[in-house]
Amino acid sequence: MQQKMKKVTIEIEENGVPKQIEIEVPDTGEGSWGDVSAMQYVNQRRTRVDAMAKVTGRAKFTYDIKLPGMLYGRILRTAHPRVRVKRIDAAKAAALAGVKAVLLPNDAPNIFTREGRYAGQEVAAVAAVTMDIAEDAIQLIEVEYDILPFVVDEAAARDPSAVRVHDDRGNVTEPQVREQGDVTVGFEAADVTVEASYRTQVHTHSPLETHGSIAQWEGDQLTVWASTQSIFGFRDELAGYFEMPETKVRVITEHMGGGFGAKLGGAKREGVICALLARKTGVPVKLMLNRKEEHLTTGNRPSSIQNVKLGATNDGKLVAYERYNYGTPGINGSAGVPGAPYLYDVPNWKIEQVSIYTNGGPAAALRAPGHPQLAFSMESAMDELADKLNIDPLDMRQMNDSHEVRRKMVDMGAEKIGWKSRRRLKPDTGPERIKRGMGMGSCRWGGGGGRTKAYCIINPDGSVEVRCGTQDIGTGTRTLIHMIAGEELGLNPLDINVRIGDTSFPYSGGSGGSTTCASVSPAIKSTTLIAKMTLFEAVAPKFGVEASALEAKDGKVFVRNDPSKSMTWQQATAQLQDGPIEINGKWVPGYSDSGVPGTQFAEVEVDTETGVVKVLKVVAVHNSGLVINPLTWESQINGGVLMGVGYALYENRIMDPATGYMVNANLEDYRLVGAMEVPEIEILSYDEPERGTIGIGEPPIIPTAAAIANAIYNACGARVRALPMTPDKVLAALAETREG
Amino acid sequence: MADQQHNEQGQTEAASKGGPVITRRGFLKGASAGAVTAAVAPAILINHAETAEAQETEGASTATIRLNINGQSHTVDVEARTTLSTVLRDHLEITGAKIVCDRGECGACTVMMDDKLVFSCMTLAMDAQGKDIQTVESLSNGDDLHPIQEAFIEKDALMCGFCTPGFVMAVKALLDKNPNPTLDEVKRGVSGNICRCGTYPRVFEAALAAAQTMRNGG
Repeated sequence: MQQKMKKVTIEIEENGVPKQIEIEVPDTGEGSWGDVSAMQYVNQRRTRVDAMAKVTGRAKFTYDIKLPGMLYGRILRTAHPRVRVKRIDAAKAAALAGVKAVLLPNDAPNIFTREGRYAGQEVAAVAAVTMDIAEDAIQLIEVEYDILPFVVDEAAARDPSAVRVHDDRGNVTEPQVREQGDVTVGFEAADVTVEASYRTQVHTHSPLETHGSIAQWEGDQLTVWASTQSIFGFRDELAGYFEMPETKVRVITEHMGGGFGAKLGGAKREGVICALLARKTGVPVKLMLNRKEEHLTTGNRPSSIQNVKLGATNDGKLVAYERYNYGTPGINGSAGVPGAPYLYDVPNWKIEQVSIYTNGGPAAALRAPGHPQLAFSMESAMDELADKLNIDPLDMRQMNDSHEVRRKMVDMGAEKIGWKSRRRLKPDTGPERIKRGMGMGSCRWGGGGGRTKAYCIINPDGSVEVRCGTQDIGTGTRTLIHMIAGEELGLNPLDINVRIGDTSFPYSGGSGGSTTCASVSPAIKSTTLIAKMTLFEAVAPKFGVEASALEAKDGKVFVRNDPSKSMTWQQATAQLQDGPIEINGKWVPGYSDSGVPGTQFAEVEVDTETGVVKVLKVVAVHNSGLVINPLTWESQINGGVLMGVGYALYENRIMDPATGYMVNANLEDYRLVGAMEVPEIEILSYDEPERGTIGIGEPPIIPTAAAIANAIYNACGARVRALPMTPDKVLAALAETREG
Repeated sequence: MADQQHNEQGQTEAASKGGPVITRRGFLKGASAGAVTAAVAPAILINHAETAEAQETEGASTATIRLNINGQSHTVDVEARTTLSTVLRDHLEITGAKIVCDRGECGACTVMMDDKLVFSCMTLAMDAQGKDIQTVESLSNGDDLHPIQEAFIEKDALMCGFCTPGFVMAVKALLDKNPNPTLDEVKRGVSGNICRCGTYPRVFEAALAAAQTMRNGG
């Protein structure tokens, strides 16, 4: 079979001189993975290449690094939600033995605040020889505040007479209004409508490794080890702050203890403060936030209050949808959710949304920003409407969903959980205390890739190194680079040296929004393909064939149509007379895609005496086009589902309206899912390898809370319209059912 | 009760220096040190802040103690409030045990002390004297891993990996006591540990697989 080829121009270095050459590469449209079933490594279950380092404790995270002479930094933060700093005296702190530097607002006016707008803003910082002394020192800084009125409750902040969070604008943002068709006419045509208000809480990221970095100045060169989802974003903010060229700042992230969106963007204030302390003291400084700071200041998923009206005709067809929603992003950001009806076709709709500023920590992207909130309201309303119409909520979804693949995925999940065979048709209102029920919810997400470059070197001794300035935030990015490069070069993935997490490597964007796999994979695929073809050009004369007739597999280079003509990889690379092959490649279209549907089914048990909900099982059906590594892909889905269970039942930032403090800024009272709450999770993959690869980070958290809410209703008739669905809310909803 | 005097002297010393402002945590650590170290016994050398190093590390006093970690004896200078996790991580750079909450809520700093699981962030270094402390680093020898570690890799029971050393130690403690646990017993065994990435299902699988390997003499 003659493979179609195309010529591409690439830049290589010959004896240190850049030179453009033209090579032939397989022409498979814009780029295609080809026959996935024939692949040795891609789409196969591979254990993580960094797992050994992590299970042995040898992996050095930012938090673990200690440099010679290193100091520890701590930040003093505002103790009240709204303050004006009147006086600040750090004399006692500076005099404490072991304290090496104190930074006050005047030292960095853009970083420290004199006008605190939430409890936890940066006022001053110290560096000391131990963490305990640094902590002692910030306690010794005397700050005199004007304590000003504040508001932390979003409903109270909406009131025109409420205290203003910002001096120059009101608490309520300009409404964003979108509409289609005529919603009034739509509701007139509706036979049945539901109207309800759904609420979701403020949700914090709570990565286990807190935000932080270690900064080291050597002359005018700044090197930073950072716990970040974006090494280049981190670098650029530091370069900008210190007004130095980006080439003079290097950021390294070897292992990273989770981010979930909070570590996207730049260095942030704590990163700049760390570098300032290091500059002032002339020695490396490590500044890691503590757990309380992590909750207060590093971001959160905003709350939402969504007043929804949904109408359908008697046959279950949706005809009108109306939503007014607001929520609080704290002092900054947006509490918006997607500005369209979620998932389903509705001819007439109108949406109005606003954000409400309150004196709380600012919002930050958290795993699928906006989507879990909207999925909760939309999928709850769909069930409520189906119930009124006496239609199976699954059938109701299918008839209003024009996404063919999602409909198939819903069928897959329904069969797996036994929707038609095991689901009770009406809630159990009988005398038994423990009730069981089933519910479902669906989702969509974009993802997609781009903005990534990569480097591949093939040395005459056969060794291969691939470099890419991405970062592995726990998703398995490092492993997939090994796999893709190994597949392309026909080498054992573990024989390839892969280096990531360093801004001295080729650029890649931040790891967020389920974009990393779709960004990095095509760049690696394309770069290693060009490197391989360049090698083939060099060895083809030895075989007396064109380069395009060669193939690399199992550590050999051979003629595709006559495998007896073969040489080992090392024999091939020994032909490189002009030194190594070095290719700088980049993301190209064709190897990745964006836009995925998904759906989940939950089975729950409700204790109608205590209100405690236990999730027994979740069936999660997701789609990532071509799954590069099914083993780590499934782990991501487990993680999304479990974060979704936490969002549904436990997690909640609680602000005390009287003091303006977050009262549960720890991991005891801010409850994450623990081992005892883990349901059985069954994962189904709807594969579409021809689409190329698509990320999986966000989708699995989106529909979980909705599926659980619908399962609670199906179990016992309690319709809980507020997250988290804690026992008190379940009991109140049950009481309503019994009265109603 | 010479040891107790030593200890009381240490406490007084700290107080007379004016000390730092009392924080909840500092108070907890100080109080606990007073109550517990008295019973521990080994000689504690008080450094009277005359040496430059002692002044550098605190206005108050430090003590030189010996700790037995992973079969090796280490001598460290600590304050009464210094936690075992601080000694491991900041003094000795044994960083497998992690700091996540620093108040005994998450299990990331879990180590074994005389075959009992402890949160090293809630254990004072002074209270660890005379004990056999095992961290995750003790389970492997180069690439020769403990079956639990092998099972964690095989089942992908880790993602970002920050909680992993704590989970590995929790599973170790469980299997030492109960070589044939049920799924529910595994869940209870690791219920003191939190994973934000959500690797629990695979931690359970890994624990059950490792138990089987170990029962088969692996």
